[in-house]
Formats: sequence, structure tokens, C-alpha cells
Amino acid sequence: MRFRLNAVVGAVLIGLVLAAALMAQVWTPFDPMKLDLRARMQPPSAVHWLGTDEFGRDVASRLIAGAGTSFEISLLTVAFAMTVGAVLGVIAGFLRGWVDRVLMMLNDALLAFPGMLLALGLMVVVGASKYAIVVALGLAYAPTMVRVVRGTVLSIREREYVEASRMIGNGEGYTMARHVLPNCIAPIAVLATSMFGWVLLSESALSFLGLGVPPPAPTWGNMLAASRPHMDTAVWLSIAPGLCIALTLLGINLLGDGLRDRLDPRMAVA
Amino acid sequence: MSDPAHDHPLLSVEGLTLAAPSLGVDVVDDLRFHIGRGEFLAVVGESGSGKTMAARAVLGLLPPGIQRTAGRILLDGEDLAAAAEPRIRALRGAAIGMVFQEPMVSLNPALTVGAQLAEGLRLHHKLPRDEIRARSLEMLRRVQIPDPERCLAAHPHEFSGGMRQRIMLASVMLLKPKLLIADEPTTALDTLVQREVLDLMVELARDHDTAVMLITHNLGLVARYASRAVVMRQGRKVEEGQVGEILRRPSHPYTRNLVDALPRRGAAATPVSGEPLLAVRSLRVEFGGRGWLRRNRRRVVAVDGVDLDVRAGETLAVVGGSGSGKTTLGRAVLRLAKANGGEVRFRGRDVLGAGGRDLHDFRMGCQLVFQDPYSSLDPRMRVGAIVAEPLRHLPGMSDADKAARVRGTLEDVGLVGFDARFPHELSGGQRQRVAIARAIVRHPAFVVADEPVSALDMTIQKQVLTLFRALQRRYGFACLFISHDLSAVEEIADRVAVMQSGRIVETGTVAQIYDAPSHPYTRALLEASPTIDLTRMLESAA
Amino acid sequence: MIGYLIRRLAMTIPTILLVAAAVFVLVRLIPGDPVSLLLGEDADPAQVIELRASLGLEEPIPVQFGYWLAKVAGGDFGVSIASDRPVLPLILQRFQVSASIVIGAVGLAVLVAVPAGLIAGWKQNRGVDFAIVTVATLLLSIPSFWLGLLMLLVFGIKLGWLPVVGYVTFGDDFWRALGYIVLPVATLTMIEIGVLTRMARASAIEVMRLEYVTHARAKGLAEWQVLARHVLPNAFAPTWTLVGLILGNLLGGIAVIETVFTLPGLGRLLVDSIYARDYPVVQGCLLFTAVIYVLVNLIVDLCYPLFDPRVSAE
Repeated sequence: MRFRLNAVVGAVLIGLVLAAALMAQVWTPFDPMKLDLRARMQPPSAVHWLGTDEFGRDVASRLIAGAGTSFEISLLTVAFAMTVGAVLGVIAGFLRGWVDRVLMMLNDALLAFPGMLLALGLMVVVGASKYAIVVALGLAYAPTMVRVVRGTVLSIREREYVEASRMIGNGEGYTMARHVLPNCIAPIAVLATSMFGWVLLSESALSFLGLGVPPPAPTWGNMLAASRPHMDTAVWLSIAPGLCIALTLLGINLLGDGLRDRLDPRMAVA
Repeated sequence: MSDPAHDHPLLSVEGLTLAAPSLGVDVVDDLRFHIGRGEFLAVVGESGSGKTMAARAVLGLLPPGIQRTAGRILLDGEDLAAAAEPRIRALRGAAIGMVFQEPMVSLNPALTVGAQLAEGLRLHHKLPRDEIRARSLEMLRRVQIPDPERCLAAHPHEFSGGMRQRIMLASVMLLKPKLLIADEPTTALDTLVQREVLDLMVELARDHDTAVMLITHNLGLVARYASRAVVMRQGRKVEEGQVGEILRRPSHPYTRNLVDALPRRGAAATPVSGEPLLAVRSLRVEFGGRGWLRRNRRRVVAVDGVDLDVRAGETLAVVGGSGSGKTTLGRAVLRLAKANGGEVRFRGRDVLGAGGRDLHDFRMGCQLVFQDPYSSLDPRMRVGAIVAEPLRHLPGMSDADKAARVRGTLEDVGLVGFDARFPHELSGGQRQRVAIARAIVRHPAFVVADEPVSALDMTIQKQVLTLFRALQRRYGFACLFISHDLSAVEEIADRVAVMQSGRIVETGTVAQIYDAPSHPYTRALLEASPTIDLTRMLESAA
Repeated sequence: MIGYLIRRLAMTIPTILLVAAAVFVLVRLIPGDPVSLLLGEDADPAQVIELRASLGLEEPIPVQFGYWLAKVAGGDFGVSIASDRPVLPLILQRFQVSASIVIGAVGLAVLVAVPAGLIAGWKQNRGVDFAIVTVATLLLSIPSFWLGLLMLLVFGIKLGWLPVVGYVTFGDDFWRALGYIVLPVATLTMIEIGVLTRMARASAIEVMRLEYVTHARAKGLAEWQVLARHVLPNAFAPTWTLVGLILGNLLGGIAVIETVFTLPGLGRLLVDSIYARDYPVVQGCLLFTAVIYVLVNLIVDLCYPLFDPRVSAE
């Protein structure tokens, strides 16, 4: 197993964020919600490593807590989209016929909406809360998963070893379980990795717009939104949350690249 | 004895060594040969022999991972290996032309044929547009493309493989090169088309006194077209000489192997009487048609009223070109493709309408060996598991029995100890043996083999076919052997059915078909197959 | 070719209908009485009765859909509760702003990304490739709103070169309008360069493995000629499809850029109207954007045969 540089860097970055997210459940330097009006708008120092915001809350702690929230939402959303996508995709790819056509019609209708738009629209219906975001984003991204799963199932079905399985006398169900599904995992894993990144970005964007996780709970997106009025006086407030999002996305992209390189080495870069 | 070709050769390769640093091997090792003006040289070898890389090296078109580490390549005395880039580019196309193997991807799909023909002329001869057009049209007529004017404006995907290869030839010969390098130019084509294209190539070469370097693994082509040959193995030249000499009296053991790998007629089997094991009557299979977006797509009849019998223990070969329907026939008989009419009986019982229990019994008695060794094995399963899988349907076999059967079968196919390996660790020939093992592990009565060796090297083909024949004698299964190559089945078939456009045009024993064919299509196939000629020649000389 | 065009056009109509149906269902799902959602809390009772009738609220749902579809197809998207203006003209006006930024950004990005991707693919695994891929990956990992904020911080606030807030249409004052639009377009362009470069590189690598590229070299063409005449047209096709997807996605996500740069665009309109519970506008924005997305993809598909003549033959 040769480890590629980009996958390693990606894994390290994600590992750090994941560690922060887990740590958030247990400990943060300061209480992310605690106001301290005497310590407002302080630049980074030995006490507050990344400074404080307009309410005197410790930025570093809020970032760590935000990591926890974003990660949780993204994981749940990807799990949701993957489950819906996998089930429907397998059914459509397996059964074909009118079931496939109806499912694909509905799926294409949802795909006709750009992701963020659908999420925004759904937020109107479900309201703003952590789980509402999971549902909205999950439904917005599930159609892509359905498409990919279905496509993968369809192509694997045509492979000769699947026909060989039928030749041997294996039933359709056994063939699907033993030969088709295990070989579908790779492209789905790559998509899931990418999707994690899209969801994280979308959640941050929604929070930035004020339609995501409601304050005072911190997410990187709403921290960035809150920093806008103070852009010229408190630069660190604008830089820190954005940097977190960027580094996390970078890590995800590198990890995804590493995965893809293992599967298709022709595209690789050194 | 002075050999004028040798004294002033057109192309002289001296001590060429090509290395692949990342793999740590030499792809070509100290190769030397020459080609005289107007001469036809064949470079023969199997996969891994380095013949393609040597050809690429002449044009300076080596892929990124391969470098020339030693040797000279002299074209009319000028060392191409030492020449500067602009000089090489000036020679490419104008002095040396190259025709490639895959007609489906050797022409740019985004440009018209006319644009691609014109490119070389504009670059090397700087001719005005009407002159280019005139010459292009003339050349297209010469290569017998119907309606050349339309062809110029059309795109490559509108033409079949054979036509594209002609267009390629036209494009290359328009520049009147001194040397034409043809790298397996007809391997992807049908037998009949192959003959036309190669005959055309020879004509064109003669027109312009162009030397030809034909790279091939097919000894039949070598015998028919080349005057001299160079045999390569794993990067080294092992033999060189006049074609007749090399083939009749090969000096190197490898050459002898290659010649021995040519199919010879097998011993005729004693005809079996009684009810046929498999009886096919008026079988009909159609494709295409309905669907609201494909209203106007005509229905294609792939199998048009076919009658066949296969008797227990015998091998019936079904031979035809692409589009003949032979693969569809094989699938329909096994119920892997839907039949639209006719009847198939196995051991007297109906197959096409069978359901449940009957279908299951049918499946137990028949098996299929697929064409592509690279996709017929589940990449996630080990060899042992792949071969054992069919046994799950045999009732009353204990685990120990199954393990013993698997071991025995692997031994039969010569893959002892391979149980724990994965398909990607095996070579093409080994994979095909696993596929055969999987097919026979249940001792079926009937096996359909769909071009099982077409994708393999010649010597490996021979091995696998010999194995197959031995297994057949041992286990006594009947076989429907599907192939596009008449010569390949001579060795293994008892009877042959020739198929064209969905119909069987002739059936008979091997002796009848090969020695006294009656249908014109059969005769055309026999004439077109260079390997058969060669085999006859060798047999008569022996 | 004509067959392909007609088929593709024909497929668009059911898609648009489905999209409309989805929007209809979505809006109906919003908790509350449909009429008060559309007219606001203190609406004129006469208007309430009239709207009830024209929406056919007494009828079964599919019939209601029919009424609604008829209104919408005729251009009647209702009236904004917040501003009392008809919705469709409002959307169109805002759309011009968003579209100019999106199209400008994607256009510029394509001009940079395609050559960059080709070069990276051509020199695969060498220094240049590594550099280009690294830059592209970094660019696409940056959230657009953060990059926008940083650009604003540097160029608007610290350096004072460009205005921070505001917008002027090109019709009114070209140079001032340009000043307002430079930063948002630059931000988007940079991010899309990241995405498109990688795609172009992947396509270039695919194409360069194919035999006709080697054949072109064997004819004696110089590398740049091979790249331009043989690789580029064939590698461009998948990138073109991606352009369609990106345009659509940007139309959906443009709200964040418009928020950062305070631009009166369509995204901002949607977000504001969600806050204000101005449901006619929400409905209108959703429907309009989705239909535009469908049309964009249609145009992308119709142009496809220009790059890949094989497509129209299917």
C-alpha cells in the first residue's frame, strides 16, 4: 500500500478537525457561550488564543464547538443522503422497468434544482434547527447519490462476472448481494467523501446567511457572518472561522483525491 | 553473397536498447535489424516482446515512462535517435508513416475526415487547398471508399472499422513516405476485411515503392505478405531471415514454439449417434425497436431461424464475422438473452419456456466460458472461492467434498496452489483457466465457449485449447465453440457451422468444411484466413 | 442532428413541469393557510376571496396545480407582500445583476482554467502539473463568502481601491458599475478556476492516452498543434458539461456573494424574502431559478454536438 502525499495531508487535516469536534463534546478552553463583556473584542493573546468576539466570548472555544456542530451536521446529512440514495438507487438499478422510470423522474425533478436552492426552499418548510438542516441538506443532496448509486449498479450489472453468477444458477438476490453490491462500494465511497465537503460548505453558507443553525450556538458560518460589521477593527474575527472552513475543505478534497488516485492511478499527480 | 538491401538499407536499427526505469527492466535489448528500399519486413512477437516499442522508437514517439538508453536508428544513413526535434517532426509522416491498431480511436472524432487528411499535406508539402482536396479525393478513390466527396465532409464515427482503417491508410500514403510502419493494423478487424485492408496496403506500398514494417503476432500474415521476418521475444531478437526459411526450418526454440502453436487439424472424433444433447430449431432473436424516444429504430434480427444439433461429447464450432449473430446465438441457447421465436431442447426438454425447477436443472447441466478473461471473474473473490461457488447448488456435498472437488479441478487446469490468489494477480491465460475450472467444476454435460482464447497470445492460446480438449476427453462434455477465426477451430472442432447475418450457411464435419466447402461465404472465409494457407503450406512441406 | 435537437427540447418540457410541480408542492407544505401566506396577515377580504377562487382552493390538489400553472405560465407570479410590487418584474430586475456576475465569472474562469488544465495534463506528474493542481485544489477549498470577505477587507477597506458597498447598473455609468462588480466577479472567478482546471486536466489526460493523439504526432505535428487541434476539442466536452452544472449551482448559491458585497441580486432577494416571510417572492424565486437552471442545461446539451460530433448520431 503506497500512501500518497495528498491523502496523508488530507487525513491529517481532517484528523485535526475531527479531534477538535470530539474534544468539543468534552472540553473547551472557555465556555463557548459565556459572555464576558469586560473582555470584548480582544485580539489574540496568551489567554484567549484567538481573541474574543463582540460579546467577549472566546473565539478559539467557539471554533472548537463549531467544529463539533458542523461535523455532526455533515455526518448526519451524508449518512441520511447515503441511506436514501443507496436504497433508492439500488432499487431503481436492480428492478428497472417502471419502478426505475418513476423514481428517476422524481429524482430528476429534484436534481433540476441547484443544491443550495433546494436546501433554502426546504428550510422555509422545515424551519431552522440542527435537525431541520440535516433533513433539508440531506434531501438536497440525496438525488445525486441516487443517480450515482443507480449508475454504478447498472454498470456493474452488465459485467461478465455478474452474468457468470446467473449462469451458475444463483438467484438474482444472491447475485446482487454477493457480486454487485460489494463492487459498488468504491465509487460510492468517493462520492460520500466529496459530499461531506459539499454539505459542510452548504451548512456554513446557510449559517452565514442566517438561515442555518440559530445563534447563539456557534458554527463557523454564523461566526463569519457576525464578523462582518467589525471587519476593519477586529480582523481576527473574519480570518479564523473562514480559515477553519477552508482547511477542513482542503483536507476533505485531498483525502478524496487520495481515494480516487488509489482507484484510478492514471489521473494521479506524483 | 552480397545483399543490396543489406548494404544500403533504408532503415537500419543498431543496438537499440529501451529501458523503463520505473519498472527496472529493459523493454528492448540490443535490437538490430534493417529494412531495404521497398522491402516488406515482418516483426513478429507476442505481447511483451517489445515490438511496438521498437516501432515507436523509430518515430521518436516513446511513451513517458520509456527511454532510449543505447543504439542508433539510421534512416538513409541519418541517425534519427540523435536528430533534433524539428528534424524528427519533418520526417514524421513525410518519410516514415505509421498505421495503428485500433481503427475506432485512431481518427480524431471531433474533426472531419477531410481536415485530417489535409493536415499532413499542409504541414509537409505546403500545398494550396484545391490541390490538397484533389489529392485527397484521388486517394480516397484509390482505397475504394464509396462517395469520396461526402467522406471528406463526414466525421470518423460514421464509418465502420474497416473503412476507418482504409482512411488511415489513405491519410498516411498521401504523404508518399519511404517507410510505412504498420502496428497490428488489422487485429481488430474481421477476417474478410482484414484481407482487403492488407492487400490494399501492399498495393499502395508497391505504387510508391514504400518499404513496409509490419508488426504482428499472426504468422499467417507474415507468410502471406512479408519477404523477411525478425522474431522478437522479451525485448530481444531471437531469429531473423527469409520468411519461408524461418517458418519451415526455425532455428530458435521460441520460433519453433510459435510455429507449433499454429492450429493443426485434430483427430476426427467418432460420430455419436442418437438423440442430440442440444437441439435448436428455428431460433430467432431480435433487438431494438420500441421505446418512445426510439420510435424509428428498426428491429435488428441477430439470429434468423437457426437450426443446430450438438451431440453428447462433441465439439461444434460456430464461426462467423462480427455481426453474424454467433455470440447472441450462444447466449440465447443458454437463456442469457431473450429469444423471440423457435425452440431449444436440452436432453429432449424445452429450455426457452422452462421455469423454476426445470430452468434450474438446465443451468446445472450447462456452463459458459466467457470471452474476456479480464471481466468474467469477480475481482473481489479469490480463485478458490470463484471455482467453489457453483458447487453451492449441488445438494448433498459436504464441505470436505467441495474442497476436494475444487482442488481436483484446479489441478486439472494446471493451477495447483492458486486458491488464495485474486484475479488481478493472474495473467490472461491463467484467468481463462480459472474460468474454465469454474465452468467444469460441476461436470456439466454441455459447455458454451464464447471466443475463449481470442484475447490471448498465440502460444497461450495453444496451451488453453489443448487443455480444453484434454478436459473434454476426460469429462466427456459437449461443447459449442464460438469463434470468428476459422483457423483457430480446426484443431478443436468435430463439426463446424458457418454463420452469416444471423443464418447458418453451411454445416459439416471439419474435413467437409475445410477441404470441400460448398457455400461461397465459407470459401471466402477460408481464402481470407492467412493462417490456414500457412498451415497447409507447412503440412505439405513436412 | 435535427433529431437530437428535437429530442432534447422535448425532454425539457416534462422536466419543467416536474420542477413546477415540486415548487408547488414545496410551497403548499409551508405550514399555514395558503392564502394568508400569499397575501399576508392583514389582507383585503375581497382580495382573499378573489385569490381563493383563482387558486381553486376548493378543488382537489391536481386541479389546483392546474390553476396555479396557468397563472404562472402567463407571467402572474403574484404580488410581493413586503413591497406590493408584482413579483416577476422584480425577479427579472434582480436576475440581471446576478446573471452578469455569474456569467462574467464563469466566462473568465473558463478562459483561464481550460489552458491551465491542458498544460497540467500535458506535463502530467511534472513540476508544472503539481503546481497547477495544488493551486487549483487550494482555490476550490476556499469558501466563496470567506474569500469575498478577505478581498473586501484587503481591496476595499485596507487599500481603499474599490467600493465596499453598493451597485450601479452598466446602463447608468459603465466605469462605476465596473468598480462595484470587480471584486465579486474576481472572487467567484478564482474559485471556479479551481474547479474547472481539475476537470480540464482530467479530460486532457483521458484524451491524451488515445491513439489519435499519437497518430497526430506521428504525422509530424508540433506538440502545441497536437494540443490545440486534437486534444482541446475532445477534452473540452466534459468541461463544458461541468460549466452548465456550475452555472446552475452558482445561481443557487449566489446569495452568499451578494450578501458579502451587498448587491441587489436574485439570491439576496430569496434570502430576504425568506426572512420576511414574503412567500410569493420565495415561490417566484424558486421557480424562476430552477427553470433557468433547466434552460441552461438545455443550452449546454444543445452545444455538445459542436464538441463531440458523435453525440448527435445517437
